[in-house]
Amino acid sequence: MRRMMAAFVALMLLASPAAYAVQPDEIMSDPVKEGRARELSRELRCMVCQNQSIDDSDAPLARDLRLLVRERIAAGDSNSQVLDFLVARYGEFVLLKPRFERQTLLLWLLAPVLLIGGGLALWLQIRRRARSGADVPAPPLTPDEKARLAALMSDDAKS
Amino acid sequence: MIAESGHYALVLALGLALIQSIVPLIGARLRDAALMNVARSTALAQLLFVGASFVALVMLHVNSDFSVANVYENSHSMKPLIYKITGVWGNHEGSMLLWVSILALFGGLVAAFGNNLPLSLRAHVLAVQAWIASAFYLFILVTSNPFLRIANPPIEGRDLNPVLQDVGLAVHPPMLYLGYVGFSISFSFAIAALMEGRIDAAWARWVRPWTLVAWIFLTLGIAMGSYWAYYELGWGGWWFWDPVENASLMPWLAGTALLHSALVMEKRNALKVWTILLSILTFSLSLLGTFLVRSGVITSVHAFATDPTRGVFILLILCLFIGGSLSLFAGRATSLKQGGLFAPISREGALVLNNLLLTVACAVVLFGTLYPLAMEMLADFKMSVGAPFYNLTFAPLFALLLLAVPFGPMLAWKRGDLLGVTQRLLAAGVASLVAVAIAWGWASGGATLAPLAIGLGVFVIAGAVTDLVERTGLVRLPFATVLHRARGLPRSAWGTTFAHAGLGVALIGIVCETTWNSEYIATMKQNEVAHIAGYDVKLDGLFQRQGPNYREMIAEFNVSRDGETLSVMTPSKRSFTTRGSSTTEAALLTRGASQLYISLGDATAEGSIAVRIYHKPLVLLIWWGPVLMAFGGVLSLSDRRLRVGAPKPARAKQRLQPAE
Repeated sequence: MRRMMAAFVALMLLASPAAYAVQPDEIMSDPVKEGRARELSRELRCMVCQNQSIDDSDAPLARDLRLLVRERIAAGDSNSQVLDFLVARYGEFVLLKPRFERQTLLLWLLAPVLLIGGGLALWLQIRRRARSGADVPAPPLTPDEKARLAALMSDDAKS
Repeated sequence: MIAESGHYALVLALGLALIQSIVPLIGARLRDAALMNVARSTALAQLLFVGASFVALVMLHVNSDFSVANVYENSHSMKPLIYKITGVWGNHEGSMLLWVSILALFGGLVAAFGNNLPLSLRAHVLAVQAWIASAFYLFILVTSNPFLRIANPPIEGRDLNPVLQDVGLAVHPPMLYLGYVGFSISFSFAIAALMEGRIDAAWARWVRPWTLVAWIFLTLGIAMGSYWAYYELGWGGWWFWDPVENASLMPWLAGTALLHSALVMEKRNALKVWTILLSILTFSLSLLGTFLVRSGVITSVHAFATDPTRGVFILLILCLFIGGSLSLFAGRATSLKQGGLFAPISREGALVLNNLLLTVACAVVLFGTLYPLAMEMLADFKMSVGAPFYNLTFAPLFALLLLAVPFGPMLAWKRGDLLGVTQRLLAAGVASLVAVAIAWGWASGGATLAPLAIGLGVFVIAGAVTDLVERTGLVRLPFATVLHRARGLPRSAWGTTFAHAGLGVALIGIVCETTWNSEYIATMKQNEVAHIAGYDVKLDGLFQRQGPNYREMIAEFNVSRDGETLSVMTPSKRSFTTRGSSTTEAALLTRGASQLYISLGDATAEGSIAVRIYHKPLVLLIWWGPVLMAFGGVLSLSDRRLRVGAPKPARAKQRLQPAE
């Protein structure tokens, strides 16, 4: 139900005129806290956009999320507390960097497994083949190819 | 009349494609040269008819014929002529027509310049091309006809989405499609080889130029799209790991791997099976990209579910071609003989490593793009995969790849000497360490990774140059000899150097832009001055202006440094009345490779305006890199031994093909 409400609100916001990515009036007075807010913003998804972070997006929803992040930071939340708060509210959809857990295991482990597994397999195969003896001789030329080769060679000789 | 002619030409092209799908294959089976040669005529005729169909759509757009639905929905009589033309491919139907036009163009090129291909190979290749073409003609005619009429023609059109009314977008899709669709040629060659059960080094020599052409266009197309996003969308971002971008990156990664593995096959007759598989995968990824972008499945799974006709159709094409080609591969690949043995440490070994890293990188992007879709459909778990994920997975893979790049071209074929190559790369290593030290000192601590990454970029560039220095004997030999040697070097060696150096250049640009980008975000009043990265930017005033199909608000900024005026910058905000939407036109001031970037936000009632000013150091290197890579590709393409279609003396040609 909450998710549906969020979607509804998002749609309402989408209809209002375009605003702007990080606006002057949003910026926090403390540069350290503002820096943290920007850092977090880059990891949070603007849910009505295509893979844009709320830091980049000019959608009104992104602005609300940016303000929310700053509100939590001002209230003294740590970075992970802010993220937890947003996940509790909007689900994991809001995180541009998915958490390492059961559902995302395959996603995160894909690169290292492929790289190490593929690398090992290739190394073993190349070594085995290199040791297994002499070069396989290339297949002999067909008469067609021989004629073509002769023609090409005489061409080269002329030019 | 024009619309009906265009429609009819497309139907005729479908008919021709169907003939081309079957007749040449029968000819090849019966060893009948006349039947095999049908492919040539039909391919050229197809090009003619699809071309006519495309020209018809362009004419409809130029004439603003709003009785045609496609024109009504995407054009406006007041739109400047150039955007009337580019608007043709700024929408679904038109861009699919462009897709098949380019497919027909490549088919026509093979038909026209493939004279020195064995007759049966050419017949097979063109037949496979025709299968793809038939599928997509059917798709257009059944689900996306651009020539549909409206019963009661409206007086005015609904205009093209304003962000698409831009020169960058005029060039970006054709380039990208030339790349996507260009890979269909290597796909067709791979399928033809599997069907004939015959593949050799000559095959790789025929395939490589086509792959290279596609790769060059795809490289430029991606770079162009990225630059367009950078200046048009108004916040200076240039890559978002958005699924649509990923859709173009995946074929690029696979295509780059293909270029390199085809090299091994051509020179050493090894990696045959893998090269065939890569040819299939590269084009499959192009098809997947077309599916992702055109079916709307990315915007939302639900949008796809509410109007699934198009999506399901492309999905069918996708399954048919990918499934079919992979089954053929599985059945036939073992019959291909492996040749050319090599030690793990060798040029071949290095190219295998290149392929491993590029393929894994490609798999990461593929998973990152499809995983959220799969999770939502299968497990009802909504998640996102964005830039922070790719920074952690894709970036290290590419760093490894770049570290290996300078070693590859310097290792010998068959058995290489890693220690020797390392010694020869010593100068490049020293240059890179110096770069790290300078970057570290200049940034005074700060980011730790950035100086290392810059060092890596310098290593790649210096390594590429070292290879050239070694080959020409610069430093060791007298200058005249060096010059002579340089002229004697194959163009492809120069191509390698430029392409590899381009990688390093792009990396340096990316690192500098992301690490040392400075920004100034504030509301400015008239005569207020912003200070950023040593520049003083003064707001002189705000003006209104009427454009052809929009109104714009222009802010005039005076940019100076140390009291000396450098330039006047005029970013603007355009509102397009027909669509009721607006665009930000950023103003860019280029100084060397760095840029000052200003874009506007909303104006307040008191006459002040929200402004974002960025200083982006060395940002242009991000795009100069790909341009260098593409230039390297062009050099390599002009290499004598790759000019498959180069004209030959007429007499020799007659002697070569007595069969005709």
